[in-house]
Amino acid sequence: MMERLDARGLFCPLPVIRTQDRVAVMALGERLEVVATDHGVLHDIPAWCRINGHRVVESRDDGSEVTLVVEVGTLPEAPNHGP
Amino acid sequence: MSQRKAVALISGGLDSMLAARVIMDQGVHVEGINFFTGFCVEGHTHAIRRKDRARPKRNNALWVAEQLGMRLHIVDIVEEYKDVVLNPAHGYGAHLNPCLDCKIFMVNKALEWMEEHGFDFIITGEVIGQRPKSQRKDTMPVVARESGADDRLLRPLCARNLEPTRPELEGWVDRQALFNFTGRSRKPQMDLARQRGIDDYAQPAGGCCFLTDEHYAVKLKDLWASRRARNYDLDDIMLLKVGRHLRPRPAFKLIVAREEGENNFLRGYRKRFVHMEPVSHPGPLVLVDGEPGEQDIRLAARITGRFSQGRSAAMVTVQVTDRDGGRRTLEVPPLDAGDVPREWYV
Ligand code: SF4
Repeated sequence: MMERLDARGLFCPLPVIRTQDRVAVMALGERLEVVATDHGVLHDIPAWCRINGHRVVESRDDGSEVTLVVEVGTLPEAPNHGP
Repeated sequence: MSQRKAVALISGGLDSMLAARVIMDQGVHVEGINFFTGFCVEGHTHAIRRKDRARPKRNNALWVAEQLGMRLHIVDIVEEYKDVVLNPAHGYGAHLNPCLDCKIFMVNKALEWMEEHGFDFIITGEVIGQRPKSQRKDTMPVVARESGADDRLLRPLCARNLEPTRPELEGWVDRQALFNFTGRSRKPQMDLARQRGIDDYAQPAGGCCFLTDEHYAVKLKDLWASRRARNYDLDDIMLLKVGRHLRPRPAFKLIVAREEGENNFLRGYRKRFVHMEPVSHPGPLVLVDGEPGEQDIRLAARITGRFSQGRSAAMVTVQVTDRDGGRRTLEVPPLDAGDVPREWYV
């Protein structure tokens, strides 16, 4: 079963912070569905995923609510991975 | 020797971006940390104001991290930060900005993170003299000492004007390749950015948070005065960013939406407040904060009429909803513009 995070009513960056904190305790390959009302998440969560090696596998916008599905990934450990 | 690791305080502005970049360029593994205090300028206002939505919106800290190819950890410090705002040992800057205590607090939080994650030192984008109150030659050691970071706090942009720190003494970084920027000029940073191929960056005006904003500080002080208590929660400080705030009587304040985005935003808070909306004409949602009496409610309804499209009608009908959901309508003459004195605006 997919995990779900209700971030409705929160404003960015809080939905990103809540996503980050949930993903931190999830395993590689697991998926988290995030539902939010601040449309800023359409920008911020994918950006956060790109930096941290996760993947947005689905994103829907029904006008009032936004749903994103994040798949937990991993980054190669140090050194810095350049852009 | 194994690769050294540094955690960089990232505000989203140019200075902290450059500091991180300079240290990455020396072969150190750098990860960013960004703190959410609730007063940050970013994010919320974009989400609230419809007119801001058209502009491309980005979270500058995330954007900086992506440009640098660096991880970023965003930390919610809303609760703990209250003590910094309410009781700053070193006092406030021009408004309600406790910059020095804020720096000390954030560096201390970064220190905790650093120790937990096995990192070696902390970097910030501070520049001597850049900010008159918090970034002075004599405040730099204060931040290092009171945060507990001591010689593990490195400021790459002005390190050569400061005592050598542990990363320099141990040879983890090359002091000669660090900088000696001082003063308020932005030119050295801009030159360095160009040199390192950074051509797009945020230009924060003044400070990184609403506490440096004069109007915001006035509203926060008004909130404390009306409650006879210095405290706040996240909703309070969010609401101060939105709408017109009018205090016609000491007992209550009105928050009047200015446009559709704010209307929607305030709607999310309506269960916590007595609120009103004109029903005979289009007009704003108005939250009534405080303990209004019956006369106050009537006055609030007339003000609501004043900000509605029925402002020149003889009467407007305003629906009033109590906190318990009980509803009634009032028919009132809208207040004339001349009857809304300047002093009511907070
Ligand atoms: S402007 Fe705000 S966030 Fe920045 S140092 Fe001052 S108090 Fe802290």
